[in-house]
Amino acid sequence: MARGQAGATGRRKANGVDPKSGAGKDELLRYYRDMLLIRRFEERAGQLYGMGLIGGFCHLYIGQEAIAVGVQSVKQPGDQIITGYREHGHMLAAGMDPKEVMAELTGRASGVSKGKGGSMHMFSTESDFYGGHGIVGAQVSLGTGLALADKYRDNGKVSFTYFGDGAANQGQVYESFNMAEIWRLPVVYIIENNQYAMGTSIERSSSETHLYKRGASFRIPGEEVDGMDVLAVRAATAKAAEHARSGNGPYILEMKTYRYRGHSMSDPAKYRTREEVDQIRKTRDPIDHVEELLEKQGWADEPTLKAIDAEVKKIVAEAAEFARTSPEPDPSELYTDVYTEVPA
Amino acid sequence: MTDVLMPALSPTMEEGTLAKWHVKKGDQVRAGDVIAEIETDKATMEVEAVDEGTVEDILVPEGTEAVKVNTPIARLSGEGGMAAPTPRPAAPQAASQPAPAKAEAGGGRGQGEASAGDPEKKPPEAARPKPEGEGPAAVVPPQPLTDPELPAGTNLIKQTVRDALRDAMAEEMRRDPDVFLMGEEVAQYQGAYKVSRDLLQEFGERRVIDTPITEYGFAGVGVGAAMAGLKPIVEFMTFNFALQAIDHIVNSAAKTLYMSGGQIKTSIVFRGPNGAAARVAAQHSQDFAAWYGSVPGLKVIAPYDAADAKGLLKAAIRDPNPVVFLENEMLYGHEFDVPEGIDWVLPIGKAKIRREGSGVTLVAYSRMVGFCLEAAEQLAAEGIEAEVIDLRTIRPMDHQTVIESVKKTNRLVTVEEGWGPMGVGAEIAARVVAEAFDYLDAPPARVHQEDVPLPYAANLEALSLPSVEKIVKAARAVSYK
Repeated sequence: MARGQAGATGRRKANGVDPKSGAGKDELLRYYRDMLLIRRFEERAGQLYGMGLIGGFCHLYIGQEAIAVGVQSVKQPGDQIITGYREHGHMLAAGMDPKEVMAELTGRASGVSKGKGGSMHMFSTESDFYGGHGIVGAQVSLGTGLALADKYRDNGKVSFTYFGDGAANQGQVYESFNMAEIWRLPVVYIIENNQYAMGTSIERSSSETHLYKRGASFRIPGEEVDGMDVLAVRAATAKAAEHARSGNGPYILEMKTYRYRGHSMSDPAKYRTREEVDQIRKTRDPIDHVEELLEKQGWADEPTLKAIDAEVKKIVAEAAEFARTSPEPDPSELYTDVYTEVPA
Repeated sequence: MTDVLMPALSPTMEEGTLAKWHVKKGDQVRAGDVIAEIETDKATMEVEAVDEGTVEDILVPEGTEAVKVNTPIARLSGEGGMAAPTPRPAAPQAASQPAPAKAEAGGGRGQGEASAGDPEKKPPEAARPKPEGEGPAAVVPPQPLTDPELPAGTNLIKQTVRDALRDAMAEEMRRDPDVFLMGEEVAQYQGAYKVSRDLLQEFGERRVIDTPITEYGFAGVGVGAAMAGLKPIVEFMTFNFALQAIDHIVNSAAKTLYMSGGQIKTSIVFRGPNGAAARVAAQHSQDFAAWYGSVPGLKVIAPYDAADAKGLLKAAIRDPNPVVFLENEMLYGHEFDVPEGIDWVLPIGKAKIRREGSGVTLVAYSRMVGFCLEAAEQLAAEGIEAEVIDLRTIRPMDHQTVIESVKKTNRLVTVEEGWGPMGVGAEIAARVVAEAFDYLDAPPARVHQEDVPLPYAANLEALSLPSVEKIVKAARAVSYK
């Protein structure tokens, strides 16, 4: 990947604190903490997968942390979030309990879906999180439907609908773009372009690789954002959300990002070089970036960061222990939640 | 002290080769550092450290083959207190779980992803409230369902199926502001088949929404709105076009309640004409009852007359679950008696005996009920008294009514517009054989569309579809007459 491909939006301007975003010390420390939690959580999930405690498919969010955390910083209560199956980070950013998320990964009764959903299918109406969907692109129509409900209720809420560069080639994405624009639905489409749709690079899969332009023929505005810079994500999302919330219809944000791990745990990622991965990790890591910002401002004394590291480690260790030791669902759960009881 | 374990890097991996160490004894590692490379039969994968610390010892040297998953391969001295889970290979399965769950977690890994939804996997005995299939207690009513009694003095009016469906939607939209209708041509055009006539005028464009011709997309938008708590009615111009949307009906609507552990409800009705119309050929003429009827999480309704169409559509709109409501274009213009001036809601999951008889049981749904009633007239003239059961609901199916009837008549003919293999009739026959085998005096017979795409030519079309004659013939055959 060429250097600088991930956008000139914020990174180079961001000496210290982006003056536009005006992020203060507490905010930056919180972003640092939230991103670190996602990273450590995902590393531990990878480890539990290796131990056989997590089964099936497991798609890690490592490298993309700035997006979920940056968007969450803009989200207002009641705004909905929906995404695909690489959703652990979005759930942690949304404030869902790491224990319950990890216990879902291990298929336990105390998991957020009672152990019936697994890595790809988790939900929390309390946190406005609508999944966690396993069919590539399905969440785009569903998220557009969440926005239809917002408009129907005239409640001033916005649907943040995430999808990847792979899903961006699904037909229903464009069916949804069309409806969102003709009905002026309050939805922000967040494309997490991590450059690879499983093993197929964006150049090989997409005739127009600038995905933010994909709304052009539907008259939906779009822009490219440095998805490795939490402040750039925050600023762009704030603008897009305002656009949608004010009745102007949908907005597309293409977050240029990168995943460090394979598509799923069983992907050796041979379609890219180690140098490419190392280069990104060394030069564009979203967590290192916030750390640098904190240091430049003199806000990040060693004890403070160490305390955050320790807190995060403790949370993740506890989540892993909880997920490992919680019981599997009771066999009687097999037949529950197939249908909602009809009220008498 | 933390042991680094040989990781499983795919659902099927049991062992691998430790191809390369990137660290040596004494090295400092941080979480995320690549420490080793593992080779499986499929790929070479990198192993990253999860904890930080000093490499205390390399336990498995570079180049070692067939290292079993979960074998300690190195030891880190960490800061303590947050040690990785200790190597306990059987930890998740070793606890006191029932055998089937264990087989799923353990054996399933050896078979890869296909094992996850293997329908052949038997549920644990304790979890099976019924001996055969149709398990979910939630959908099997504890009490036998009965049709509501018509209050004395209720007036019956003649009404077409089309208008009964329309009234059902209008009444429910008046009753519940969360109910709305979306689909192709439902608003300004007044409905491709005029089922939504005058709804736009009464409810406005906020609640009667014309969609582009984009079934996959608008079905997903409807399900999303339902997930947010609204109660959409999604009209498909015909169910043939809903094949483009079946992903959202099955994967998004039917499964999400389960996958979310009961959190996300989707109260939504997918409705429109189903089955063959007349001379529209293969792509516009399919009966999907068996398709949707096989999906747990869906309810599937296929009414025959106008009163059932109205009462069941109202029930479907009120139901908190996703409902597939299969209408029939050929019946839209037929008039039947419909109760007037009352809130007419029928129970989902209850069949109706349309004609009583003791000689043979004819089971059908939708338009085929009318065919069966005609066949019964002919059969009566021949001295065979047919009992005609209108299933009305495909899922959950009222097997009890069918079985009780067969116990009386000892003979069964099923009739459906769809294809025979894996069909509704096949399901009914299996259940009757399982639960009333000793009562059968003849093998069950099935009448269905011939096993070909529906032809266009008038004569071939007639040959392909079920007919009164075919039903009569089947009834005679099981009666050995």
